[in-house]
Parts: sequence; C-alpha cells; structure tokens
Amino acid sequence: MSVTAAMQAGAANPILWILAIPLGAAGFLAVLPGWRLATWLNVAVSGATFLSSLVLFQHRPEPTRLLFIDDFNVYLVALTAFVGFTTSIFSAAYISRESRAKHLSDMHLRFYHAMYQAFLFTMLLALVANNIGVMWVAIEAATLTTVLMVSLYRTREAIEAAWKYFILCSVGIGLALFGTTLVYLAAQPVMGDGADAMAWTLLITKAAGFHPDLLNLAFVFLLVGYGTKVGLAPLHAWLPDAHAEGPTPISAVLSGLLLNVALYALLRFKMLISTNPETLAPGPLMIMMGLSSLFLSGFMLYRRGDIKRLFAYSSIEHMGVITFAFGLGGAVANFAGLMHMTMHSLTKSAIFFAVGIITQNAGTKRIADIRGLTASHPVLGWGFVIAVLAIAGLPPMGVFMSEFLVVTSAFSKQPLLALPLVVGLLLAFGALVSRLQGMAFGPPPPPNRRAHGGGNWLGTMMATVPLWLHMSLVVIAGLWLPAPLVAWFEAVAKLLG
Amino acid sequence: MLQQFSYDLAHLIGATVLMAGFGMLYQRRLFAVLNTFAFQALALAAAAAWQAHVQNAPHLYATAAIALIFKAIAVPIALHWLVERLGIHRTVETALSIGWTMIVGVALVALAIMLVLPVTAKAAALTRESLSIAMSVVLLGMLMMITRRNAVTQVVGFMALENGLILAAVSAKGMPLVVEISIAFSVLVAMTVFGIFFFRIRERFDSLDLHFLETYRGDRQ
Amino acid sequence: MTAVVWQIVQIVLVLATAPLVTGWVRWVKARLNGRRGAPPWQPYRDFYRLLQKEAVVAHSASWIFRAAPYITFASVWLAACIVPTFTTNIFLAPAADLIALVALLAIGRFWTALAGMDVGTAFGGLGASREMMIASLAEPAMLMVTFSLSLVAGTTQPAQIVVFVLGGNVGIEVSLGLALAAMLMVAIAENGRIPIDNPATHLELTMVHEAMVLEYSGRHLAMIEAAQMVRLTLFMALIACLFAPWGMAMPGAGLPGILVGMAAFAAKLFILATALAWFETVIAKMRVFRYSDFLGGALLLGLLATIFLYVSEAV
Repeated sequence: MSVTAAMQAGAANPILWILAIPLGAAGFLAVLPGWRLATWLNVAVSGATFLSSLVLFQHRPEPTRLLFIDDFNVYLVALTAFVGFTTSIFSAAYISRESRAKHLSDMHLRFYHAMYQAFLFTMLLALVANNIGVMWVAIEAATLTTVLMVSLYRTREAIEAAWKYFILCSVGIGLALFGTTLVYLAAQPVMGDGADAMAWTLLITKAAGFHPDLLNLAFVFLLVGYGTKVGLAPLHAWLPDAHAEGPTPISAVLSGLLLNVALYALLRFKMLISTNPETLAPGPLMIMMGLSSLFLSGFMLYRRGDIKRLFAYSSIEHMGVITFAFGLGGAVANFAGLMHMTMHSLTKSAIFFAVGIITQNAGTKRIADIRGLTASHPVLGWGFVIAVLAIAGLPPMGVFMSEFLVVTSAFSKQPLLALPLVVGLLLAFGALVSRLQGMAFGPPPPPNRRAHGGGNWLGTMMATVPLWLHMSLVVIAGLWLPAPLVAWFEAVAKLLG
Repeated sequence: MLQQFSYDLAHLIGATVLMAGFGMLYQRRLFAVLNTFAFQALALAAAAAWQAHVQNAPHLYATAAIALIFKAIAVPIALHWLVERLGIHRTVETALSIGWTMIVGVALVALAIMLVLPVTAKAAALTRESLSIAMSVVLLGMLMMITRRNAVTQVVGFMALENGLILAAVSAKGMPLVVEISIAFSVLVAMTVFGIFFFRIRERFDSLDLHFLETYRGDRQ
Repeated sequence: MTAVVWQIVQIVLVLATAPLVTGWVRWVKARLNGRRGAPPWQPYRDFYRLLQKEAVVAHSASWIFRAAPYITFASVWLAACIVPTFTTNIFLAPAADLIALVALLAIGRFWTALAGMDVGTAFGGLGASREMMIASLAEPAMLMVTFSLSLVAGTTQPAQIVVFVLGGNVGIEVSLGLALAAMLMVAIAENGRIPIDNPATHLELTMVHEAMVLEYSGRHLAMIEAAQMVRLTLFMALIACLFAPWGMAMPGAGLPGILVGMAAFAAKLFILATALAWFETVIAKMRVFRYSDFLGGALLLGLLATIFLYVSEAV
C-alpha cells in the first residue's frame, strides 16, 4: 500500500518526473547500442524533460526535505530544460557529422549520450535541491560528468583540458563543501542536529539567528568554491580549455547552463547571508570578482586565435557582469542580473551551435582560417553574425537590454563602479566585433581537405534551427518582454534582496 | 570526564591526520608519499569510527569503512601499481623546496587557526579544535597540489584535501549526508583518475609528468 | 633531608644505569640484525678496559683537548641529576629548569666541538661543523617544545610539570602529542642516533659525533663515551618524566613509593631503549643535506604544538 501511495505521490510531483526522465534515460542510453537511435532518443527525452518542467508553472508542489520549487529556481529549471532540449537537437546534427568523420567510435557515442543525460540530471537536481548537501553532491556529479565529456576526443589538448578542469574544479567544490559544512555548523545551534539544518526553506527563515562570523567564513569558502565553477577570475583557468577541447554541444551546455547553476548556488547562499543583519555584506566581494573577470576576459579576448576559446572568454566576461549585477543588489540590478543570465544562456549556446557547424565545415578552430561565412553559408553565417553582435551587446538584442540595466543601476548606486564596468564592456565589444569582421565577411577560403561538413540538408537544418530559435527569442526579449515575465523577474529580484 | 576524554581522543586522531598531511609534504619519494597518504586515510577512518561511536551515529561507520577500504587500501595499492607499471619517475618533483613547503604549511595552519578562532569564540572548544584541524588539513592538501608537479602527487594532494573535508563533516555533530558526500568524492576520484586519465595519459605521452602537458598553452596562433 | 638522600641515589643511579641502557640498545639491535651481539653489560667492561689504558694525546693538542672530556661529562651528568627519574623529591629539582637543561647540554656540546677542532685534523673540524649545524637546528626545536610545555603547565621545572600532569587536570592534549613528536626527533638528533648520525660507524662521509672524538683514547675516551651514554639515559628520563610521569614517587611518599617509582623508571627505560633499537633497525640513515628538513620538521612541530595551545582551552 505504501508503495502505491508513494508512487501516486511521485506521479503527482512533477519535480520527480523532471529528475527521473533524464536519470532513467542516462541508464538506458548507456546500454543502448547504435548511435543513430540514441541521438533521436536523446532529443525525445530532453523534450520530455522540457515539457514536464513546464508543468511546474501550473502546478507547484509543496517543498519536501530534499526537493523544492520557488520563483527563483522554477525559471532556471525551465531555462535549463529548454537549452538542454535545443542543444540535444543540435547535438544530433553535430554527432552524425562527427561520426561520419570517424572522430568518435560507437562506444564513445554511447558514453556521450548517457553522460549528456546524466549531466542534465545533475544540473536539474542541483537546481531543485532543498538541501545544501544534496545540491553540493549534484554539482560535484556535474563536474564528474563534464570532466569525462571534455576528455572525450582523447587528444593531447583534450586530456590537458580535462585534467586542468578536474584539478581546479575539484578543489573548488572541495572548498564549497567546507563552506557548506560551516553553514551547517552555523545553523546547528539554532535548528538542531540533522537534515533540518541543511534545508533551504527552513534555513532562510531562521538565518537571522545564526552565528554571523561563521556565516562570513562560510561565504568566503562558498564564493571561492562555487566561484571556481562559475569561472570567475582569478579562478577561471579551467574554463577556456574545457570549452575549447570538449565536443561543441558540451561547450554549449557548459557555458549556457553549468555556469548558471553554479551561480545559482552562490546566489542562494548570498540570500542566506543577507538575511542575517550582522554578517558582512557579500556584495563588495562579488563586485570585485565580477569586475576582475570582466577586465581579464576583456583583455584576453584580443589575443585569442581559437574560436571556441574566444567565446569561452566571452562567457567569463558575461559571468563577471552577472556577478557584478548581483553584487550590486537592489531591485533593478537583480532584475538585470536575472535577465542577463537568461539572455547569455540563450545567446552563448546559440553561438556554440554555430561554432560547432563552422568548425566542422572549416575543419579547424583557428579564427584566422575561418573567413567569409556570410558568403559561403548564408543562413548559418548571418545567424552567427547576429548572435555575436548580440553577445557583444549591440541593441536591440536582449543582452543589450540587460547590460544597459546593469550600467544604469550602477550609475545610480555607485557611479565610480560604473566607469570600469562600461570600459570593460567596451573592451569586450571591440574585441568581439573585430574578430567577427574577419570571420563573417570577405571571400570564403578554398575548400579544406579536413572539412567534414556539408551535404546533408537535414543535418544542417537541425543545426541552424536551434540557433535561429534562440536568436529570435533574444531579439524579441530585447524589443518586448511580456508583462507576466517582467512581473515575475521582479518578484525574483525582490526575493534576492 | 568521559566526554572530555572522547573529545580529546577525537582531537588527537585529528591531529594525527594533520601530521600525516605534513608527512606527505616532507616525503621525497613517491612511494613514501603514497604510504603516508594511506596512513592518513587510516587515521581518518579511525576518526570517523570514533565519531560514529561518540555521536551514536551508525552511518558514520560507513564513512569510516569507505575511508579504510577505498582510500587507505584500494587507492594506494592502485597508485603503487600504476607507478610501477607505467615506470613513473619515483622522486617527487617539487616546485618549492621541502623546507619552504613545510614552513608555508605551518603558516597555513596558523592562518587556519586565526580564521577559526574569532569565528568560534562563543562555540565550544570541540568545534574550535576540530574545525581548525580540518581546515589546516584542507589547506595542506591544497599546498601539496600547488607545490608538487606530478599527476600522482596532485591526485594524492586532492585526496588529502578531501580527507580534511570529511574530517570536518564527521566532526560536525549530526551532519546528514556525510556518507553520500564521501561516496561522491570517491566516485569522482575513481572515475576520473582510474577510468580515464592514467590510461589516456599513458596512451598519449608515456609519462604522468604534467610538465609535458604544460608545453601546450592553449592558444595556437 | 630525604631530598638530599634521593638526590644522591639519583646521581649514582643515572651513572650506573647509563651503560646498561646503551648496552641493551646495542644488544637488541644486534639481535634484530640477526647477530648474537655483545651482552648488555659489555659497556662496563669497555670502561674498565679504557680506564686501564694510557691516554695518548696529539702533539698539537692544547689544554682544551684535555679538559673537554671532563667538562662535557660533568655538564651532562649534572643535567641528568636534575631531571626527576623515580621521584620528584630531589634536592636540585627546584634549582634547575628545562631551559637550564638545554644550556647544560649546550655546554657539553660546545666543548666537544671545540676539542674536535683543537687537534687540527680534518675529521675533527668536519665533525664539529656538522655537530654545530645539527645543534643550531635542534636547540630551537627543543626550546619550542619547552615553551609549549611550560604554557600548558605554567612552569619550566620538570618536577612541577610532573606534579601538574599527575594532577589529572590535563587531558590528551593535541599540543602534548605534537610536543612529544618534536621531542623524540630532537632526542634522536642530540644523541646522534640513526637517521641523523650512526653511533656505530666510522665511515668518513657519514660520521658526526665519532669524527669529533676520533683522537681520544684511554680515560679521555671513557669520559666522552660515558657522557654519551648518560645523555641517552637523560633524554629517555626526560621524555618519560614529561610525557609519561606515571608511577613517579611524589614528595612524602615512603620507601614503597620510591620502590614503585624505581620499578616504573626501569620499565620506561626498557620500553624506550627497545623502541629505539627497533627504530634504528628499520630506518636508514639520512643524507647530510636532509638534516635541515628533519630538524626543521621538529622545530615546526614544536611551533605547531605552541600554536595549538591557543586553540584548545589549555591557555
């Protein structure tokens, strides 16, 4: 009886569906032979996850000890499931081309698909976890799955990248665990032993009574720990390598989703710290790290010769901007930060979709060898141009809107901080646009021997449809945000304090 | 009195873990590092088992068992095997001399204590002492990862860091999920290190010295 | 009054047992190495033989060379007299403390090194320079241990520390554990045991203490060797007194208490000497370049012991 009751409860709880679908799929895909079926199954499962995440908007379940949904994470869950879904479509196209080029064996592809779903599972779990320990375990597992995927190509560079990623991010999450333990120690005298002292929904109500010094120390560890995963300078060293050397769909989800999830964890703890009146303000620390990331990547963007690495640095830049916004705090800045998280997520994954096809067509990742995209592949090329302009922050795209909001709120709150922010943004803008010119325009190069794209009409379309879909969303958001969405972002911004 | 004794013993075991951390920094030979690590894991297992007994928390015995079987036995043996099998250079390559590393190590311990002391001014001596020991172990693990340039010593450094984290987690009274956390760490290390890297690095470079990897600096213009 | 009596007993006792302790260590080591070994009382016979022999002195030697054995022996013997062994009720106990102990040992070391250089042979100078290098690292470590102990106990007098430890106010302190580890390392270095120095070697590249006293013979050599043996016993007594004072007779204890104290002291010496022999068998001698790491480690342990005092509630 209890089993059926539990099953009924489970069926009623959409969170469990969101977690069970990718987890089950990961197990199934690990044993399923034949990659053609697996790519389609991957798309179907990701679509199902996305659909069940939409159910959350209609029916929000009661928080349990382990899982919960509130205004903040429901939007990130939907975004994650959506980008996971579109990336799986792109991945199908990408993988079939890679497989034709014999870059990956069947064994590796099976592993890749299983890990893709496992990765989605861990990110969703991290987002819906009501327990800071479970959240940590999920982010740690996300690290594991991505490390394995970054090393998929077995090249010298891929292994170095994966190793660097493993070493740096393991230390990062190690420190985050120490921070988590400290939060528990701070909570324990008030909440008593056990799982209560790790549950978000309970912690946030009682945080005012926690030991402020312990919380401060904990936040420093959490900032450094999860900050490593966000890719904030000076802890960003893993990020460009990991993005550059893994399969491109993984670069898309890394940039578009994993960084967001790590930032989400950090923001949750920021909320917790801000509830306690006696703690240090976490804002200045975050502003400092955000600005340093922005500047570092702004300068680094100029010297990049590798296209995936270029956009990896751009991810660091945008994470810096978002962290800056949340560090600034207040309704407008938080709103801008949330919007920028969304816009960056959509735009950057779209860019990586385009980059994936471009590098396959060109057979190289060297920017110098990529020329005349708008002439050789107009649909792809123009999509790429729009996406890069969007990420550079050109109006009327959504990224511009959110950056504009960050800058204005910085001017109104801390005019002195607004100046470096604007300089940093302009730096990055100049770098991206100058790089774009060479790649998008001019005469296309003669066909490359190593190129392995082309041909398949369906494949190209499958790769470009998600790109255009994302870009149209970004453009629409820049021109007109639906009123319910605005209201909702505002509610979350208030939640963030 | 009995309670005092259980605290004291817990701290003494914790200090043993810390001393083993210094021992690892002191070693010049790879096998000695591995043996010292095994000893540290053994001490950690003892600490976890003692906490399980004191806190009356049977699930911590599982953590102790993981530390004992996986870290004190399986990992050192496997790393021994790998080092022998792959013919890795048996001397620890240092980026900073051993003497200086030790001095920095003591400075880090002092730093950990300086951080913990004001934070736990009102807390019991129990928390203060275990927290400062655990944080010191974590920092020493990081120091080892930074100052020793070899894949094996880096992994050992990471696991030493992790030992400190587990030590903190078992000392925090009634903390849930400790077992899950130690499993998660073990899986991470096992999968990454043994599943992928050693074999692949072997395949590609015939060496586990990360120095060779550093010739690749990312951007190929 | 009793204090004077027990003091005299102790003066005789340390001198009488020291050769036996060294002989025992040698015998156990020989056994562990698979040799039959000389019986533990062989050192007594050696002394008898050495005292019979004529003392040969180099032409280039000055009065320092002749005086050094006596000064060294006297200072070490005096040091051994002030460390409580079987009772704290000894006459000299209040007069001396751990810092004085360190100073007394330093005097002995200083004169040995001076004598090593006095003859002007290469080995003497080499041994002296190495000895001084070791001393320059071992002494701060020893002082560090002293500091942490005196912070715990509130005194630097061994007898008072014993009273404090036996008083039961001290649990198992992390600091004490660290101090013990540091103390053991210092003791190994000060006594010239493996892995720092090998007391049995006369190989030019490795010897330290033996290199300094190579020129001695007859009664001078007997004095030097006696000083060496008393020093070993002294360190064992010191470790036993500071870290495991159980069984020691307190002032006011009658003859039964004293007998228990003596039995306990004998047992402690037995355990420590056997452990030393075992340790020397399993460990390999260190290269000279690593001395600084080893003793630096001892110093850092002592430092950690002091640091950790501020964490626990001892201070």
